Formats: sequence, C-alpha cells, structure tokens
Amino acid sequence: MAKYKRKLSPFLFLLPSLIFLTVFVFVPLIQNFYNSFFSFSVFSPEKNFVGWSNFQTLLGDKTVLVAVKNNIRYAIISVTLQVGFGLVLAAILEDRIFRRFAAFFRVTFFMPVMISISVIALLFGFIYNPQMGLLNSFLELIGLDNLAKAWLGNSSTAIYAVIAMSQWQSIGYVMMLFVVAIQKIPKELYEAAELDGAGKIRQFISVTVPQVRETLFVNTLITITGSMLVFNEPYILTNGGGPGTSSTTLSVYMYQIGFFRDRMGYASTIAITIFLLTAIFALIQIRISRTGKED
Amino acid sequence: MRAEFKESGKKVKWTPGVILTHILLITGAVIVIYPLLWMVISSMKSYNEIYNDVWGLPAKWLVQNYQTAWSKGISAYFFNSVIVTGTTVVSVVIIASMAAYALSRYRTRFIDLALVFIMAGMMINPQVALIPLHGILTDLNLLNTRFALILPYIAFRLPLSVLLLRAYFLSIPREIQESAVMDGCSELGIYLKIYLPMSKPILLTTVVLTSFYAWNEFLFATIFIDSDALKTIPSGLMNFRDALRTDWGVLLAGMVIATLPMIILLILLQKHLVRGLSEGSVKG
Repeated sequence: MAKYKRKLSPFLFLLPSLIFLTVFVFVPLIQNFYNSFFSFSVFSPEKNFVGWSNFQTLLGDKTVLVAVKNNIRYAIISVTLQVGFGLVLAAILEDRIFRRFAAFFRVTFFMPVMISISVIALLFGFIYNPQMGLLNSFLELIGLDNLAKAWLGNSSTAIYAVIAMSQWQSIGYVMMLFVVAIQKIPKELYEAAELDGAGKIRQFISVTVPQVRETLFVNTLITITGSMLVFNEPYILTNGGGPGTSSTTLSVYMYQIGFFRDRMGYASTIAITIFLLTAIFALIQIRISRTGKED
Repeated sequence: MRAEFKESGKKVKWTPGVILTHILLITGAVIVIYPLLWMVISSMKSYNEIYNDVWGLPAKWLVQNYQTAWSKGISAYFFNSVIVTGTTVVSVVIIASMAAYALSRYRTRFIDLALVFIMAGMMINPQVALIPLHGILTDLNLLNTRFALILPYIAFRLPLSVLLLRAYFLSIPREIQESAVMDGCSELGIYLKIYLPMSKPILLTTVVLTSFYAWNEFLFATIFIDSDALKTIPSGLMNFRDALRTDWGVLLAGMVIATLPMIILLILLQKHLVRGLSEGSVKG
C-alpha cells in the first residue's frame, strides 16, 4: 500500500500543472490549427469548413505583408540596439573605471522594464504629441524646428516612433542579462589581456564577447521572438496600428481580424503564422539552454 | 605582480575615451530618467500648465490630482490588480513547486514526458492562444470575471516557474531526502518540511517574477474583461484616459500610482528579480 502510494504521488504532484497547461495552453494551440480551416464568427457555434482558403487569403493579404515587414523592422532595430548596444553598455558598466556609479546606472536603465506598457505608452503619447509634445518642443529648443512633426500621425514615421519607445523600455532588460553574464567571467582573463597590452576595445572583442557568446545568442533569440509577438505597443500608441495600417503588426492584425471584423477562422490562421515564426526560435533556445547545464 | 596590477587599476585616467563614455552614459541616463521625472512633476500640474509650458514646474503643486485619480477609478483598478496578482502569485508558487518537486525527485518515463510537456509550454505565447482562449473562457462562463485573467496567467507562468524551481530543487542533496524517507516522512512531508523551507530564495524569485508579470499584463486584461468595475490597472488606465479627456494632470497621477508598486519591488528585491529574469530569459 505504501509503495503504491509512493508511485502515485509524483502524478498527483504534477496533476495541477498538467491540467492548467492542457486546458489553457495546449488545447488553445490545437484549436487554433483546427479553426484555421473554418470560417466562423465569435459568438456563433456554427463553423463552415473552408479548407485551405484562409491560408490562400493570408498569402495574398497586403496588410499581412505590411505587418510582417513591421515585425521584421522591429526585430532588426531591436537586435541592433538592445542586443548590440545593451552588450556594450553592460561591458562599460562592469568595467573597473565605472565601478563607483555602476549600481546607479544599472537601476536607472532597468527602471522602464518594471513599468507597465500602458503607462509607458501613455507617457510616450505625451512625448510624441504634435502640439505640446516633449520631443517636438525639445527639437524647437535646440533649433531644429523643421524636424518636428506629428510622429504618430504620419504613416512613414509611426512604426519607427513605436519601435523607438520599445528600445527605450527594453534596452535595460537586455543590458541586465549581459551584466549577469559578464559578472561570471573570471577576472584573470582581463588581467592577462591587460598585461598583454590589450586596450579596452581589444579586451571587449577578445575576452567579453567570446565569454558571453551563449548569452549573446539567447538574447538575440528572445529579442527576435519578442519582435514577432509585438502587440501592446502599437495597440495603445497608434490605436491599433494607425494611421491606416502603417504601424500594424501580426498580433495587432490578428486581433482586429478576429474581434473587429469577426473573422475568427482567418484570425486563427494568422495566429498559426505567429506560432510558427516564434516556435522555431524557441526550439533553438531550449536546445541551447539545455547544453549549458549538466543534467 | 598581482598587487601591482591592482594598484594601477585604481587610478582612473581621464583619457578622451573615458570622458566621452561618461558623457554618453549620463546622456543615456537623462533620456531614461527625464520622461519619468516629467511624469511625476506634470502629475501635479493643471491641464493649462502642461499644455502651455511643458517643461515648467507647476505654479502650485496640485497634490489633490492624486486624490482625484484615486477616487475617480484608480482605486478600483488597483484593488482588482491586487486581487488578480495576489491569487496568481500564490497559485503559481504552490502549483509550480509541487510539479518541480515531482520532476526533481523522480526519474521515470512519465516524469521525462511531463518535463518535455512543460518545456513545450514555453514555446506557446499568449498571442497565439488568444482567440481559442476567448472561446474556452466563454464556454466556461468565465469571460468578464477575474478568473478570466487569473487562470490563464497561472497557466502561462507555470512552465518558466516550474523549470526555475526544478533546477534549484535538483541541487538539494539526496542524502537529506533519503534520511527523511528512512524516518518515515511522507512525500507530502518531504515537500513541505524539507524542499520548501530550503528553497526560499528561488521561491521569492518566483514570487517577484510572477507579480511583475501579473501586475503589468495587458493583452488578456484588455480582451477578456469588458466591465470597467473588474479591470486591472494596465487596461483600466485606457478607460481612465478616455473618461478624463483633457484632465492630464489627473491621468498622469494615475500613471504614477500604477507604477509605484513595481518600482518599490525593484528597489527592495533587485537581486531576486535580476536573477529570475536572467535565468528564465523570456521577453514579455
């Protein structure tokens, strides 16, 4: 009896987790695949089978193309600024020269990470405001009035204004991940490099970068994944991807197709696209993080 | 040799490169801090003052903007956020630590499968589950209740929390467990009396990470809750803005109130937060 109990108990300990994941994570995923072959509306039980037609629509949908382009813009700029600049920033702050103020700068750069996206987006609404906005009045102040514009109201600048806000918010996060990685590098490596006459930049290239290689790779992956998922920023800042669809992303477009145009089947097809785009990167990430540990 | 090296390391040589780096760092810090400072200062200004003089200090510091924000809706959103965040955190800690316990203590085919299942959960993002979840919550009659947030929040926080806790549990020496079994301790007893007390730091990390997520979550909070009375802070702020129209000072005061708990959390539990974020690198 006691033995039987011991065999049963791991199952009981796991049960709540397995139920939660099944009902709220895996069933939705499977339903998404299923639903993408149907046409239906949100509160109606009737579903019409439409075969691959949603996928055909997807391939010919110009807005999907705009959205994908915006997601890619997001990825390229975020990898460059957050991962690239984040690494440099972390390396600077971990250098002995800056030791005294490092804690202050770390907390400062990290602060926006802790703030809710709705607060940040409302704040940037004030910054980009064409009448009284901080950005335009700053440009006026330094004599660059001709650069001032309605940043969010202009279809060629809206997406970049949204991306800029994300950089402002997230750079500290990626920086902090690098700080943790750099702190694990043995100090002897830097001492040896310095004795060999390597300057700061040389040390960064030949000690820091190779030593944080794994973190660098993981950070690049999570930044790309994050860029494929962007929803909140354009949803709030440009009222769902405006002007027109110029700053839309896949997630925002999926939401609008589903809940505004009430084409749930087609929205599921877009969701599948997002899933496939992110799952590849997640798989690579899981593989890497596994090799890093004993186990 | 070593001593000499350390000696030379103490002096900061003000080369042009070092000066330039300092200037860049300070500029960066100003770009980050100034908008936040502006938010706090402007939250005590009137609409006219904000509109006509963006940079200026208020002629009279309108502290009552905070009172107005609190009574005009923020208090209700705040209350909802506390309930949703609190319930989510407690549930995640209990459910995840139970699973992590089983995963770290046993090695069977079933356990291996369960581990893969939970890891696979990390690959699925809320955006992808959004539309079917809306249907499931409708079927369960949970849409537009607090459970419409709490249950998905728990589910989506589980994979990361389980993996974090499992990694920590694996480091608990086997001998301790074995001697407990010899003493006739039950599974539940080992979990409650040995594993949980020995894992306080990682449990705290889980608490911090989950609170941070639940307090700031926007997507589900906006779509699964329509009723203004049940909205949490992130989605409630949008209604708040629409209701206030041009009462910007009050809106900004509401934004500051929404931010404060997380900034306090950052200051108090910096180490746990950073550790958790770096070990479970996932971007929201």
